[in-house]
Amino acid sequence: MSRKPYIRTLSSTSWWLAQPRYIRYMAREVSCVLIGAYTGVIVVGLLRLSEGANAWAGFVAAMQTPASVVFHLLALAFALYHTTTWFNVTPKAMPLQFGDTQVPGSIIIGAHYAGWIVISAALLLLAGV
Amino acid sequence: MARSNKPIVWSLFAAGGTFAAFVTPAMIVVTGLALSFGLLPPEALSYERLSGLIENPIAKGIVFLTVFLPAWHAAHRLRITAHDFGIREDGLVMMVCYGLASVATVMAVYALLSL
Amino acid sequence: MSLRTFELEIMRYDPDKDSEPRFETFSVPCEEDWVVLDAVNYVKDNLDRTLSYRWSCHMAVCGSCGMMINGEPSLSCKTFMRHMPDKIRIEPLANFPIERDLVVVMDDFMDKLASVKPYLVAKEKKAVEDGSYLQSPAQLKKFKQYTLCINCTLCYSACPQYALGEGFVGPAALALAHRYNLDSRDVGRSARADVVASNEGIWECSFVGACSEVCPEHVDPAGAIQQTKIASTLDYFKDLITPGRDK
Repeated sequence: MSRKPYIRTLSSTSWWLAQPRYIRYMAREVSCVLIGAYTGVIVVGLLRLSEGANAWAGFVAAMQTPASVVFHLLALAFALYHTTTWFNVTPKAMPLQFGDTQVPGSIIIGAHYAGWIVISAALLLLAGV
Repeated sequence: MARSNKPIVWSLFAAGGTFAAFVTPAMIVVTGLALSFGLLPPEALSYERLSGLIENPIAKGIVFLTVFLPAWHAAHRLRITAHDFGIREDGLVMMVCYGLASVATVMAVYALLSL
Repeated sequence: MSLRTFELEIMRYDPDKDSEPRFETFSVPCEEDWVVLDAVNYVKDNLDRTLSYRWSCHMAVCGSCGMMINGEPSLSCKTFMRHMPDKIRIEPLANFPIERDLVVVMDDFMDKLASVKPYLVAKEKKAVEDGSYLQSPAQLKKFKQYTLCINCTLCYSACPQYALGEGFVGPAALALAHRYNLDSRDVGRSARADVVASNEGIWECSFVGACSEVCPEHVDPAGAIQQTKIASTLDYFKDLITPGRDK
């Protein structure tokens, strides 16, 4: 009897199609493309604002074109997915223990969502919604 | 094995991810969707109002964070995602991702300083 | 007890004859309370005595009967036939070389496990007659979850970064490193960091989280690795401010 271990190969480009949990993971990771692109839009907005009233008016008009609305809806969907996936793992990354009592994960997650609602509401109120 | 330098970018990734989780959805609604869907009157995002608001140095600092943190979060995650999609040229990917985040950071500082 | 017959598609590989693995199908009449391991044992006892696989305790303690069951890394002793469809595909654990049939080569995992010093590194060695190192229940609770690891390596089979990465230390070894780092009696954290906080250690992890989902003992290696990332990041900046602080 001789040893001849067989090594199975895995596609480095399509491995994530094998299981739903890998697809969910990749959707979470791809959220960075939308968040990054949206951050780019903010930078452009700041530059236009610094250039004066006319440049800013052009930017505001561009934000209301159909293509822009579609982009922002898509970005919102991925940003919300980022928010939920980020909050839902907080007890894993930052568990809390007082004495010998461990704080239940649901409380840590719930506190993040509560903070999120307060911050979002404050931002929307500040903007005037 | 040597200890990694990843904590530098990872701390930005983690801080940016947390910041984006709390702030980005509402920001997208305000800057990208509210006017189109009639949630805000046009005056809310008028030049006079915003250029007035942003004169406050604290406001400038907060606006800087809304660019700086999500940009570095996205850049680092994009580097990892490129690897997950089978792109193995990590050096090049790193330069592109962190380069884009650096450009966004510098341009935001430039715009904010000239406001 | 009712009998139900299942088709078991089992991956076979004989290094002396096969150039690559192949599937062989067996019809197995199963009792209501059988687990997959019982069905595999039935094949070995009644249909093909050459079938090779590892098992020992039959009660999710020894950690040796891990297999891919319909594509999911599972302990075959903990997976009930009554929850299974009529056709079941059984393969050796993914991401490991196949030695023979369902037996995989675990050397890589064993080396990586040893590299993180998964044992108590005490401040000073105590003689047996001097008694044990004391610890409060609260101190024990901080890491107890991570002591439950049975080294079954299902987490390595679920981890794409172990499969794709170049030398990733992997979930179970890093969770056990974290277990000792959190132990109030242990002072080995800095010694472990040379492996744990290297590029091949925690930083190869992208928090897919699959390791924790498949863990039969709910150890949560993914959580352990993220906690280690936070601790190592704090260490990194502390070291920048005060070089040589832990020497």
